[in-house]
Amino acid sequence: MTATTHDAGTRRDFLYVASGAMGAVGAAAALWPFIDQMNPSAAALALASIEADISAIVPGQQVVVKWRGHPLFLRRRTPAEIAAANAVDVSSLPDPLAYNDGLPDSAPATDANRAIKADMLVLIGVCTHLGCTPTVSTPAAPQGDYGGWLCHCHGSQYDTAGRIRKGPAPRNLEVPPYSYLTNTRIKVG
Amino acid sequence: MSGPSTYNPKSGFEKWIDQRLPLPRLLHDTVHTFPTPRNLNIWYTFGGILAFCLVVQILTGVVLAMHYVANANLAFDSVESIMRDVNYGWLMRYIHSNGASMFFLAVYIHMFRGLYYGSYKNPRELIWILGVLIYLLMMATAFFGYVLPWGQMSFWGATVITNLFTAIPLIGKGIAVWLWGDFAVGDATLNRFFSLHYLLPFIIAGVVVLHIWALHVTGNNNPLGIDVKSPQDTVPFHPYYTVKDAFYLCLFVLFFAVFVFYAPNFFGNPDNYIKANPLVTPTDIVPEWYLLPYYAMLRSIPNKLIGVIVMAGAIVTLFLVPWLDTSRVRSCRFRPLMKQFFWAFVVCCVILGYCGSQSVDAAIAGIPLVWLARLASIYYYAFFWLILPIVGLIETPRKLPASIAQSVLGDSAAAAAE
Amino acid sequence: MRLQLALALPLGLVAGFLVSAPAFAIDTTRLPVKSVDFSFDGPFGTYDRAALQRGFQVYKEVCSTCHSLDHIAFHDLDEAGGPGFTEAQAKAIAASYKLPADPDDKGDIFDDKGVRLTRAGTLADSFPPPFPNEEAARANNGGKLPPDLSMIVKARDGGAAYVYSIATGFHETPPAGFKVPDGTYYNPYFEGWAIGMPNTALVANAVTYSDGTKATIEQEAHDVATFLAWASDTKMEQRKSMGLAVLVFLVVLSGLLFAAYRKVWKDAH
Repeated sequence: MTATTHDAGTRRDFLYVASGAMGAVGAAAALWPFIDQMNPSAAALALASIEADISAIVPGQQVVVKWRGHPLFLRRRTPAEIAAANAVDVSSLPDPLAYNDGLPDSAPATDANRAIKADMLVLIGVCTHLGCTPTVSTPAAPQGDYGGWLCHCHGSQYDTAGRIRKGPAPRNLEVPPYSYLTNTRIKVG
Repeated sequence: MSGPSTYNPKSGFEKWIDQRLPLPRLLHDTVHTFPTPRNLNIWYTFGGILAFCLVVQILTGVVLAMHYVANANLAFDSVESIMRDVNYGWLMRYIHSNGASMFFLAVYIHMFRGLYYGSYKNPRELIWILGVLIYLLMMATAFFGYVLPWGQMSFWGATVITNLFTAIPLIGKGIAVWLWGDFAVGDATLNRFFSLHYLLPFIIAGVVVLHIWALHVTGNNNPLGIDVKSPQDTVPFHPYYTVKDAFYLCLFVLFFAVFVFYAPNFFGNPDNYIKANPLVTPTDIVPEWYLLPYYAMLRSIPNKLIGVIVMAGAIVTLFLVPWLDTSRVRSCRFRPLMKQFFWAFVVCCVILGYCGSQSVDAAIAGIPLVWLARLASIYYYAFFWLILPIVGLIETPRKLPASIAQSVLGDSAAAAAE
Repeated sequence: MRLQLALALPLGLVAGFLVSAPAFAIDTTRLPVKSVDFSFDGPFGTYDRAALQRGFQVYKEVCSTCHSLDHIAFHDLDEAGGPGFTEAQAKAIAASYKLPADPDDKGDIFDDKGVRLTRAGTLADSFPPPFPNEEAARANNGGKLPPDLSMIVKARDGGAAYVYSIATGFHETPPAGFKVPDGTYYNPYFEGWAIGMPNTALVANAVTYSDGTKATIEQEAHDVATFLAWASDTKMEQRKSMGLAVLVFLVVLSGLLFAAYRKVWKDAH
């Protein structure tokens, strides 16, 4: 009944450790589906990327579409607005970084880094302060001092390249990853 | 048996907690040192398995509830969205639906074990009664849960069962309308069934705590049905029964996994993959397999009210078992006459289940199944109300062993002979 | 034609009731499903990609005239374990469908001629149904409702073999004495032997397979049954492969636990 107790002890310990370890591995592996099921489903992911026809947007006009639950600003800029954006000294900006998801984090906030083609701005319409939707400035109804956007919640003002100039917002309006499929059709996300 | 605790905290952390909340002490006494009869067999592992099933159902259920929509127009599609779009949603759903079947399989084995070894007898009557209460809550939970996917069987099963209440004279129709929240099963019914389906498992968990607590007051019964007489009769719960329960739980999960991954719709009904249609009744309305015996009893009586009474009475009878059995001997191992009636009872339940699964006018070898169901229902009642009281009085039991230790350690042949 | 249908419907219903009434001579219980093999049978079965694509072609060109596929989204076509289209191919398939458009800037959903405004489908959309509602579906199919096919293999006893049997069962000859009610067609694999689906729907060479496979009725039925099996169970391949890993793991763990159990109890007897 009692074989050499030392051997019996280590053999039993090994089995205990091995079974316990294997059980723990199984439990951890079983845990993953419970966690992953909360990640966006295939239905949500299918809406992660949209295509938009920009041919009907005239200079000075902004169209807002929905992308990943957020408003997306599609703004056709006038030559004056483009010139105003280019004239700004980037190093003097409150946020000198481009905040463009298609570029490295360190890229500076030059106008070229804020739009693939200068006449079309594609920006996520979420104020980087606390998430309200800023109001676009048009010649007929100017908003803020910089011709871009004014966020009515706490007074943040963005310029014609969507960069923060005044107010509590810490970052420029975010540029999502996007590309031109054709001259008139862009894919975002 | 409950007695003074022998707990001695080993680490500073344990001591700190134990001084403020005696949880380490509780775990030590109930799961570590608890003296358990040394002769418990495989049929005694199903209590632990049932606790596992409850946890699995709650975990998968909470996850499913993150994606399910309890609205009559959206419910069916939300379940399909879980199956197709939600990451591992198919796995959660199949574990939950097959888990219900596994839960009932385990509970029936657990209950039959209790009947066979006389675990309901003095001083364990309350453990049995709490157990029957858990069983009743399980059936209600399963019934509500099956309605949620809003398939044809969900809807029509709900219609048939809630219509049973209309059998009650005078107030029956009012009760049915109150349950429905409408003039028939509909969106209002679905919403409240979802709420109750989420609630009941936590009530079950509470009753399970009472059930285990009551067990720890008296200590476990054992296959010999004789009391623990000395410490030689028991072993500490850990490591003996922790490792044994872990092994049998693993086998159970293996069995469960075969269904989840390779036959996930084995226990189900294809009609429940058709969206509910109040205007089209399926040719055969069938509940899930674990409710079939009661369904057979109900359908075997041509009168609606009496059918309901017979079906409900079958469950109420279970509460009274501790007082219906007159035998002084607990375990059927030593009751040669009762043992045979017990196995006939098991067969009777299987027959009832089979009858419930077939259509109302089915026949076997020319005999209409409804007559077979009637005979089986009569035996069901006779087993509890006639056989249990009478056999206990007239039977000559076999000689009981002197003690568990003597049976297990001394004379191993006695332990082997059933 | 309309008048004939209008008369056929009540006549068909009455005749159907008379024929299927149990008191009469012929037992019209459906025949057992045909014995047919599918690549996805068994614990290691997988979907035959080429068959899925051919079956999709049959669905698209033949079945979708009457049957919806509500629960399949276009993005399912390029997912693992499915027909194996590329994302570009799935996008192109989606774009070939016209879905009802959202209201335009004036809030209209119809154009000047009263035609519903449409937009091209995207990967996020599900297959649009051939009819806007049940009433339109019935009106176009002699009062019968063609069932949605995205769940059909799970929703019928016999599964894919049942779908195959129905699809190949239209060209059998009814036994003497069995009168097929007007507006229905003979198919002994359907309960009651009279089905609302026309026997002209699925015929040989109803499609021309792009991979050159000969389009016999059996081939078309087999392929569409495979496709519909996938439509009912898009996660089957993931389920079976995970099942293998889980079962192997549990067998090994059971072995370890058994050894531990025996060791612990060795000294107790």
